[in-house]
Amino acid sequence: MSKWEKFLDTFFNARVMEKYLPDILSGVLVTIELAVLIVISGLVAGLALALVRSLGLRPLNWLIIFVVDLFRSLPPLVIIVLMYFGLPAADVSPSGFVSTWISLALVLMSFSEEIFWAGITSIPKGQWEAARSTGLSFGQTLINVILPQALRLTIPPLTNRTIAITKGTALGTVVAVTEILGQASSAVSNSYNPSPLMMGAAAYIVLFLPVVVIGRWIETKFAWKR
Amino acid sequence: MEALIQSFFNAEIAAAALPIVLDGLLNTILLSLLVVPLGLLGGLILALLANVRHPLVRWPLMAWVDFFRAFPPLVLLVLLFAGLPFAGLELGGFACVAIAFFLNTGAYYGEILRAGIDSVPVGQVEAARSTGLSGLQAMTYVVLPQAVRNVLPDLMSNTLEVVKLTSLGSVVAVPELLFQARQAQSVTYNPTPIVMAAVVYFLILWPLVRLLSRLENRALAARR
Repeated sequence: MSKWEKFLDTFFNARVMEKYLPDILSGVLVTIELAVLIVISGLVAGLALALVRSLGLRPLNWLIIFVVDLFRSLPPLVIIVLMYFGLPAADVSPSGFVSTWISLALVLMSFSEEIFWAGITSIPKGQWEAARSTGLSFGQTLINVILPQALRLTIPPLTNRTIAITKGTALGTVVAVTEILGQASSAVSNSYNPSPLMMGAAAYIVLFLPVVVIGRWIETKFAWKR
Repeated sequence: MEALIQSFFNAEIAAAALPIVLDGLLNTILLSLLVVPLGLLGGLILALLANVRHPLVRWPLMAWVDFFRAFPPLVLLVLLFAGLPFAGLELGGFACVAIAFFLNTGAYYGEILRAGIDSVPVGQVEAARSTGLSGLQAMTYVVLPQAVRNVLPDLMSNTLEVVKLTSLGSVVAVPELLFQARQAQSVTYNPTPIVMAAVVYFLILWPLVRLLSRLENRALAARR
C-alpha cells in the first residue's frame, strides 16, 4: 500500500464509515434537537428578561443584571459540569441532555438579554413620550413602537452570538450526550479507527456552515444604515 | 439547607481542594497568556491577507474563516487530540489546545481586525505613503493603531470568550482550573471544588463583563 492509500484507509475507511453512519446520523438528530431547543428557549427567555427590565423596577433589575453577568462570566462547560455532576448532590439529577440544554439556554438568555436591552435603550426617549402622548399604553408603546425598531438593530450581534453558543452543543459530549461528537468519539474507541471522527467533523460542517453563511448574509442585509 | 451547604459549600473539602484549584487557576492564566497572543497573531495574519484584494486570496480566505466559525472548537480539539495519533503524530493536550486556538480564535480575531482595518479611511494610507512611509510602515504605525482602537470592545469581548474557552483544555487532560476542580471532585465525591472553580472564574471575569456591557450599550446606541 502506498502512503496515500494507507492514509485514506486510516482516516476515510469505507467499511468503518458504513458501519457507523447510522450512529453519526442519530447524533446529528440529537444535535439538531438540542440546538433548536437552546435557540428558542434562550432567545425567548432573553427577550422576556429585557422586557421585564424595561419596567424599571430597581431591585428586580439588579437581580437581572447579576444573573446576566454571572452567565456571561462562567465558561459554558463549567455550567454544564456543575449541573450534571453537582446537582445530584441536591437530589436533582438532570440528564446530560437536559444539563446541556438548560446551561446553554441560560448562557444564550444572558447574552441576548444584553443585546435586546441595548436595542431597547438605544431608542430615544422622545419616541416613548410621543407614543404615550397619543394615548398608547406602556405595553402598546413597547410592542408597536419600540420593539420593531429595537429588534432590527439587534439582529446582527444576535445572529453571531446565537451561532457561537449553538456550536456549544458539542460540549454535551463531556456529560455523555449522544450528539455528533459523542457518537463519533465512542465509534472511534470501538473501531480503533479515526474515520467516524472525520464523519462527525463533516456533519458539523454540513450543519453549521450554511448557518454561518446565512448569518453573514443577514448581517449585511441588516447592517447599520443611517 | 444544612445538607445543601454540606454538599456545595463544604468548608473542610474547600480547604483541602484549595491548593489543587489554585494550581488549576495558575495553569488557566498561563494557558490564556499563551492562546490569546496566538489567536491575535492568527487573526492579524488573516486580517492582513484580507487586505490583498486578489480573488485567489479573497475566496480561500473567506472559506477558511467561515469554516472555523462553523466548526465547534471542541470538535477541532478532539480531532487533533484523538485523530492525529492515527497518523503517527502524538502532540499531547497542551499542544493540541494551542493549535486549535490558533485556528479557531484566529478566525474570530481576524474578522474583528479586518473590520477595524476597513474602518480606517483610505486617505490615511495615502497620506502616510506620500510622506515616504513604506506600505508596511503605514500599516504598522498609522492604520493598525487606529484599527485596534476602533474595534477595542470587540477585541476585548472575544478575549473574554477565549479565556472562558480555555476550560475546554479539561477534555484533553490539560490541568487547568476546570480539570483540577473535577479531579478534586472525583476524589472527594463532593461538588464543592467545582463550585470553587465557578466562583474563581466569576471573580476573575466579572470586572471584564461589567466593562464590556457598558461599552456595548454605548456602541449600539451610537450606531443608530
